Amino acid sequence: MPTWFERIIKIIFFKKCNYLMSVVIKSEHLSKKYIISHQQREKYVTLRDVIAKKAKSFFQSQGQLNNASPHHIAKREEFWALNDISFKIDQGDRVGIIGRNGAGKSTLLKVLSRITEPTKGKIQIKGRISCLLEVGTGFHPELTGRENIYLNGAILGMHRAEIKRKFDEIVDFSGVEKFLDTPVKRYSSGMYVRLAFAVAAHLESEILIVDEVLAVGDAEFQRKCLGKMQDVSQQEGRTVLFVSHNMQAITNLCSRVILLNKGTIIQDDAPSKVIRDYVMFETSNDGSVFWEENSAPGDATIKLLAIRILDEKNNIQNHFFSKSKIRIQFDLHINEVNDDLVIGFDITDEEGVVILRTYHNDSKQEEWPALKKGNNIIYCEIPGEFLNVGTYYISPKISLHCKKWILNADPLLSFDVELNHGVSPFWNVLNKTNRPGSLALIIPWKNQTEIFN
Amino acid sequence: MVIEASRSNKNYWSDLWKYRELFFFLAWRDILVRYKQTVIGLAWSLIRPFLTMIIFTIIFGRLANLPSGGMPYAIMVYAGMLPWQFFSTSFNDSSNSLITNSNMLTKIYFPRMIVPASTVIVNFIDFLISFALFIGLMLWYHYVPSWTILTLPLFFVWVVLISMGTGFYVAAVNVKYRDFKYIVPFVVQFGLYISPVGFSSNVIPDKWRLLYSANPIASIIDGFRWAITGDTHFIYLPGLFLSMVITLLFLLFGTLYFRRMERVFADLV
Repeated sequence: MPTWFERIIKIIFFKKCNYLMSVVIKSEHLSKKYIISHQQREKYVTLRDVIAKKAKSFFQSQGQLNNASPHHIAKREEFWALNDISFKIDQGDRVGIIGRNGAGKSTLLKVLSRITEPTKGKIQIKGRISCLLEVGTGFHPELTGRENIYLNGAILGMHRAEIKRKFDEIVDFSGVEKFLDTPVKRYSSGMYVRLAFAVAAHLESEILIVDEVLAVGDAEFQRKCLGKMQDVSQQEGRTVLFVSHNMQAITNLCSRVILLNKGTIIQDDAPSKVIRDYVMFETSNDGSVFWEENSAPGDATIKLLAIRILDEKNNIQNHFFSKSKIRIQFDLHINEVNDDLVIGFDITDEEGVVILRTYHNDSKQEEWPALKKGNNIIYCEIPGEFLNVGTYYISPKISLHCKKWILNADPLLSFDVELNHGVSPFWNVLNKTNRPGSLALIIPWKNQTEIFN
Repeated sequence: MVIEASRSNKNYWSDLWKYRELFFFLAWRDILVRYKQTVIGLAWSLIRPFLTMIIFTIIFGRLANLPSGGMPYAIMVYAGMLPWQFFSTSFNDSSNSLITNSNMLTKIYFPRMIVPASTVIVNFIDFLISFALFIGLMLWYHYVPSWTILTLPLFFVWVVLISMGTGFYVAAVNVKYRDFKYIVPFVVQFGLYISPVGFSSNVIPDKWRLLYSANPIASIIDGFRWAITGDTHFIYLPGLFLSMVITLLFLLFGTLYFRRMERVFADLV
């Protein structure tokens, strides 16, 4: 009898497991093509141009046959943002998607969330899917917090009854209950983001797609968001797809990471492995990166033209002794000086853990480097006798303070540090295995016993 | 659910139903925003038709001395202006609707048709307000409408259909060709003169009447006037049918064009 019973239980349990582990997203040979037209400067086609072009080609074909402007075709360039992507995602998976800017991460999310259509291939999705490519989509600055919760909920596909039911929970999570009846244009950017994320976090979809929403908000709120996403996937068995440049967040949250490059999947494995490879192979290790002006990262107001790692003699260097200072220098082209502009970088270790972030206006106001229109070269110095032995990575960050990211890049270049400071025989033989940690500050110790006696 | 290249989404119409609340939320947002932070707000929906009515009555009724068909000229003009105002604002608003909501198009999936369609709902509110003024006008003139006014909702549905059909079309075209927005106001202005807003379509010679009905708005305005007066000489039946067919064609092609373009909206906007 008990064996029978056990068997039945096992079968039921196994079946249930099977069901739980079922594939929820299956992508087959997914591709997305964009046509980049070099012909026109404007972002959009105008009817005037189309008519003019048609007329031109009409007259041309009247005059000379077969001269239907061959250069016209040559200037249109195909660009495969996604190229033959196939993967399967099981229920309850927390999948991180990483890759350089332009690797196709956002395009993949857009195709998955049905915002844009693939050019080739097929995706099968089981369950309701909701995507947060941006928090607060559709928020209207004139409307109050309460009104925006309803509006945003509806945009994200929630029903009125559902929003009503979760209203208190949403307000509670966001922590803005005092300002519910204030127009959101009067909110601080932190409050705005908190409210927006709170709505999104209470969606009841089986699959949640998240793009970099955690890049804003204060540290405590970021932790709260990460925690919420972990709850969502672990306790409720929902699937999360998460795109981020924050390797630490990816490591903490994801059970699996997909690395994209130029529209194809390079790796699909455990987070620690993929992140390590990504950080190692994808960075420049010759101590500098340069961009052409038209391909430089940034936006219309500011472009990053180069990053250099320099030694004390101003030579580009990627290998340092710990005694010496390390100078990180940015070449920028600024078209529009904005008081909110914040320029800086993260230093991360091999695991993708951020050791520090520094911005050009962290110090006293008198000490900020003045930014002017045109080319600017700004630098900072990482002090000597500070970093432990190891390889470190620089990820440039440029933003309008608390408003938006202009550049939020992954590690772009790396440098090594070898230890040569410290005179103590106990310190001298250091390597990372016998002295863990990224920092190698020598901190003096004292004995205070006598004072107490 | 299956997403596949260049195959229209089978769930589209059921999705449209699923997202029906969004439709009202968007309309509600636009109404709220319009009336928050405006001094005249509500009054604007009254002042605009009222002043236009006065000008038209003076120009066409007094100066040009056009016939009104036995009713006060002001009432006749206003009856024409109700559907015209509704159509022209819907046409104008829906042409810009996708561009103004572009951040939603690029970040969230929902059936895109909701956006231009919800602007039509917003204008319904304006229509109701203008209609209240119309009732006031009838009281002022001691004018008793005929029982046929009960058919007015049918003509209203008609103007909604033509507004949506053309609205879908211009909204989609406007995403692709941005300079189309300069054409829209011109079309609206042009339409005001070729539609019988300021005068009765009886001033059109009979042999041109059918051609004149190729403009569905003309028949709708005639219909509004007939519904209010019950006076059959406002109605020209062959023209009415032609207009209906043209309206349905607009609706069909507008919808089809919109659906075809919809796939690339997010890439174009």
